[in-house]
Amino acid sequence: MATSLKCFLRAGKNVVSVLRPRGFHSSAPAAVQVTVRDALNQAMDEELERDERVYLLGEEVAQYDGAYKVSRGLWKKYGDKRIVDTPISEMGFTGIAVGSAMAGLRPICEFMTFNFSMQAIDQVINSAAKTYYMSAGLQTVPIVFRGPNGSSAGVAAQHSQCFAAWYAHCPGLKVVSPWNAEDARGLLKAAIRDDNPVVFLENELMYGVAFEMSEESQSKDFTIPIGKAKIERQGNHVTLVSHSRCVGHCLDAAAVLAKEGIECEVINLRSIRPMDVESIETSVMKTNHLVTVEGGWPQFGVGSEICAKIMEGPAFNYLDAPVTRVTGVDIPMPYAKILEDNSVPQIKDIIFSIKKTLNV
Amino acid sequence: MKSMLSAISNALCRVTGRKVAGTVVASRSYADFTPRVTFDIKKCDLHGLEVGPPLKAELTRAQGLEYYRTMQTVRRMELKADQLYKQKIIRGFCHLYDGQEACAAGIEAAINLSDHLITAYRAHGYTFTRGVSVKEIMAELTGRKGGVAKGKGGSMHMYAPHFYGGNGIVGAQVPLGAGVALACRYQGNDQICVSLYGDGAANQGQIFETFNMAALWKLPCIFVCENNKYGMGTSVERASASTDYYKRGDFIPGIRVDGMDVLCVREATKFAADHCRSGKGPILMELQTYRYHGHSMSDPGVSYRTREEIQEVRSRSDPIFMLKERMLSNNMASVDEFKEMDTAIRQEVEEAAQFAMSDLEPPLEDLCNHIFANNPPLDVRGTNQWSTLKSIS
Repeated sequence: MATSLKCFLRAGKNVVSVLRPRGFHSSAPAAVQVTVRDALNQAMDEELERDERVYLLGEEVAQYDGAYKVSRGLWKKYGDKRIVDTPISEMGFTGIAVGSAMAGLRPICEFMTFNFSMQAIDQVINSAAKTYYMSAGLQTVPIVFRGPNGSSAGVAAQHSQCFAAWYAHCPGLKVVSPWNAEDARGLLKAAIRDDNPVVFLENELMYGVAFEMSEESQSKDFTIPIGKAKIERQGNHVTLVSHSRCVGHCLDAAAVLAKEGIECEVINLRSIRPMDVESIETSVMKTNHLVTVEGGWPQFGVGSEICAKIMEGPAFNYLDAPVTRVTGVDIPMPYAKILEDNSVPQIKDIIFSIKKTLNV
Repeated sequence: MKSMLSAISNALCRVTGRKVAGTVVASRSYADFTPRVTFDIKKCDLHGLEVGPPLKAELTRAQGLEYYRTMQTVRRMELKADQLYKQKIIRGFCHLYDGQEACAAGIEAAINLSDHLITAYRAHGYTFTRGVSVKEIMAELTGRKGGVAKGKGGSMHMYAPHFYGGNGIVGAQVPLGAGVALACRYQGNDQICVSLYGDGAANQGQIFETFNMAALWKLPCIFVCENNKYGMGTSVERASASTDYYKRGDFIPGIRVDGMDVLCVREATKFAADHCRSGKGPILMELQTYRYHGHSMSDPGVSYRTREEIQEVRSRSDPIFMLKERMLSNNMASVDEFKEMDTAIRQEVEEAAQFAMSDLEPPLEDLCNHIFANNPPLDVRGTNQWSTLKSIS
């Protein structure tokens, strides 16, 4: 059922309306199960169709259907001009993408993983992020940099780094980090339609995870505003703030703690820059306790920034305990499974930290 | 000259029976000067090409005066910038272009304003040839709100339609330029992009990555290496295993051009532009040129080269002098005409400098603006948590 519905979705509204029997309540198929991968794929497909200036470039995005199959089917549909396989030349092709954005196109520049973006980071920061400011508004750079970020499974140190803090440090960039399929779809569409450089941090381990997507989120014009967080779960005792895959871990921890009578409010940041501090503050003023959870390293990270922001704002006076950060371990990612498992925040770590914060 | 004029005037009077002395005097310039001359220009060395740019270039009087005006304006503007920098009115980086004027003037003469151009930080000359006024350039150098980037960019970050700066990171502009060319091909608008870099940048890896993709995808991009013999303080021999920069494109055809001769540059650029527009893909031009100033205003420019060398180039190959001599010796213009132009240009540059010194600095309200385009206003943290500043697009 889900697959055939998905086919209908991809084929377009017309097919659906033809098949819709008369007299039935006229609505598009209700909630469906969509993987994050498919959500990203559909979002790109729709945006490519909507605006002919949009194009995708990166390694293996075309004929290979994408290293992680995120761009599956797009080359077949749109051809060489719109879906471009590049040689292994990150600095070169990122510069080319940025230049094309300056001259009127709307590129989606894929990094096979964000680890490789380090080779091109000068183009992202100095050529893309700063240009609108340096030119005092004369030159826009409407580009999306996307790809998997953070830890995966067994890929070791050079392929597991989280770049959220690095990119979010820089003015002129927007940085988003979706968790579920709805986030992926809405934020990617918003990013592509945004006239500014957007760093879009995906997560490889989330690609295959399916989520229910509401009717509204399946609309072709469904976008999620960049800079707004979402409360995934309401609670009164402690605020958990997270982004990307760790949001799921937070919800799992919350489910366990609910049995003990501890109700966690889980905030899915969605955007790292600009960050929705207000949502965090409002929540903290209600719960009086804050725990941040991220996959990246602790020093100078997303959690550090949240701590600083909370201290500077009205929510500080409502804290009954210092803010707690749950992060990846401060080491390069090891390979052996037992070591890797203990290098990233696990549900038990989150639960432990919450209880410490609540002093229970 | 005057006796010849009166002779003509008298002759015309006899022929027409009317007093035409006035008319003759008024139209003296057209009757007297050679309207066009074909000059021999230096043959370009070729790489991967059977045929190169022509060995002759036609110069009309109007073109000659225009190129002279362009080059002299850039020259005087750069020298004025030197002055203002020494008076500490211009701060930070200031990389001057005097000596290299024929490159900017020659390239612009061969392309259209609808084509695209991007260069590195020695960009004042190109900013001018791409259409920004001397006034807006100087005010940008002095960091005033009348500057082309409202004072927020400075020397290395000036922009204009189809001119993408001014780029501070050595070599980064080359892939950007190829990207602009990709957009041209994508949009099918028959435009090309000229992507410039120096002999120092020529060793950047990203340039070779760009060569590969530009050739693979046949991007309409002219890569131009302005070889002024020194990458900051390092001579080409000390930096490059191969100083044949026009060959460094390997599978990309290349030409080595006399960058001190505006006609040579123009013809080579025309040739290169035709190559790109005909769909053959990218091409590389090495312009052999020279900068009189050091790398930047912080560099006296004499620790790694001799004053004699600089003097030699000035006396033998100055691009402005060479053009002027060509025109004078072929009776294409008069000494007085050049003098008048020089005076007018000095005046223009002086007025621009006055404006640049007297214009207001950008207002503090502008500090946080232009972070994002087409965005609702946002708050920007100041130096401390109680300082919340406004940013609008």
